[in-house]
Amino acid sequence: MPGISREEVAHLAKLARLELKGEELDHFAGQLDDIIGAVAAVSDVADEDVPPTSHPLPLTNVMRPDEVRPSLTAQQALSGAPAQEQQRFKVPQILGEEA
Amino acid sequence: MTVTELVSYDEALATYDPVMGLEVHVELGTRTKMFCGCSTELGADANSQVCPTCLGLPGALPVVNASGVESAIRIGLALHCEIAEWCRFARKNYFYPDMPKNFQTSQYDEPIAFNGYLDVQLEDGEVFRVEIERAHMEEDTGKSTHVGGATGRIHGASHSLLDYNRAGIPLIEIVTKPIEGAGERAPEVAKAYVAELRELIKALGVSEARMEQGQMRCDVNLSLRPKGQKKFGTRSETKNVNSLRSVERAARFEVQRHAAVLSSGGTIVQETRHFHEEDGSTTSGRVKEEAEDYRYFPEPDLVPVAPSREWVEELRATLPEPPRERRNRLREEWGITEHEMQSVLNAGAVDLIVATIEAGADAASARKWWMGELARSANEAGVEPAALTITPADVARISALVAEGSLNDKLARQTIEGVLAGEGTPDEVVEKRGLAVVSDEGALGTAVDEAIAGNPAIADKIRGGKVAAAGALVGAVMKATRGQADAGRVKELILEKLGVEG
Repeated sequence: MPGISREEVAHLAKLARLELKGEELDHFAGQLDDIIGAVAAVSDVADEDVPPTSHPLPLTNVMRPDEVRPSLTAQQALSGAPAQEQQRFKVPQILGEEA
Repeated sequence: MTVTELVSYDEALATYDPVMGLEVHVELGTRTKMFCGCSTELGADANSQVCPTCLGLPGALPVVNASGVESAIRIGLALHCEIAEWCRFARKNYFYPDMPKNFQTSQYDEPIAFNGYLDVQLEDGEVFRVEIERAHMEEDTGKSTHVGGATGRIHGASHSLLDYNRAGIPLIEIVTKPIEGAGERAPEVAKAYVAELRELIKALGVSEARMEQGQMRCDVNLSLRPKGQKKFGTRSETKNVNSLRSVERAARFEVQRHAAVLSSGGTIVQETRHFHEEDGSTTSGRVKEEAEDYRYFPEPDLVPVAPSREWVEELRATLPEPPRERRNRLREEWGITEHEMQSVLNAGAVDLIVATIEAGADAASARKWWMGELARSANEAGVEPAALTITPADVARISALVAEGSLNDKLARQTIEGVLAGEGTPDEVVEKRGLAVVSDEGALGTAVDEAIAGNPAIADKIRGGKVAAAGALVGAVMKATRGQADAGRVKELILEKLGVEG
């Protein structure tokens, strides 16, 4: 049984900077456990002749030439920002962390 | 800042053996970002070089920059690495505002280059081999400005502002294997390694590798183990050490700090540390996240990179002469000592001297001008010698004018001054300032006659055989001609007129 513990969900929430209440942790731990179980079922049918894959298409070396293409304008780039200042994205105080 | 107790460096080394690991990030000089076509040009308005891909907007698809991959392979080859036949990008997940996608596109267990080495030469000529673990491709982060704190620092800031122009600029991270056996020379080895790597990167032409502009940044990992013990101690990671001198100082400081902690029975915490330029110390940063906390997984939006062996061999053929070998070759050609070569290297004048020699100057005079007059001017102006307005061709022309006797050293210096001041080419400066050596024998003869007449006592001494006294008369003639005479010829004339053999 793969499974995910309540403590692991709490740790992931911390890494994702999500504040979860106790009952939410219980709720998500249950849900995530179900999802992981469902995905794990794939491993049961995939035998050793099925290699793990990270991309659906058998492509390699898709590259682009080093040529400049138009960017967004700063106004466009910032248009979806909840807050801005001096043509920059404004973010809340970064607490307890280091650059 | 907490005061850290240190033990002396010698005391630390008497008991402990340092092991280092160096991680260097090089920002590539490509025209566009690693995964999108946004320009990488410096100095643009904030957030004017961003697009849906580098902002991580939904639905945007990255495509890797072919030049970025090419540079990564060339760096790998120059470091004697194996080049992966097939490798993928990976997402390194972490939440921090400088990374708008909430992950950095990097490489994890499949780096493009691995298992190499770089031989570095210490100042006394000893060669030390630094083994390379890997070189992988990734991207830079945006730039944060912290507002509201006293000194622009993160502490006490009320909020932060983000400019994502830098987010997505190609980076190559080069990681060494544990560097063992350097002993007391570990800090020197660290500095020499970063210096050699910088020369190599510049020679490859993949980046200007200016540390002061953050184009090359170094993390110094260091641990101590009791002498004779095989197992490594716990390491600290000093981040963003951004000058050669700082690399050496940071390593040295950490040796002393670790030794102090261990000697007093304490344990080293695995953590990142910040380096302080002002006093060369480091202070505690955050406790390092475990690799699993980054939840690396293969990047599903990019396809694998599988460089053909033909391409790799083509790129191998473009590698420059290794900088250390080139320096040793030039040192022999120029007939100078290791120490003198080191000074030339430190002054950033190697390529300028080479170009000056190629433009026709002899090695001695090319080195003399670049290391003397011009190094001084560059220093005063606070720029690299290469940024001076004078070109190697100009310097070669001035050397030629000196060699043919049209200029003496003093006039040559004035010519250089004129060229630096933007007065034109050396010939134009000589013309405009009237700097040619007085070679008119008549005018010179008159000046010599006057000097003899004005200093009868000295003239008598010379007639009496004291040839050395001629110096005073040469000085008088040089003064009278405002330095525009060929001193050698003046001396000849004086001795001739006084009937003395030189």
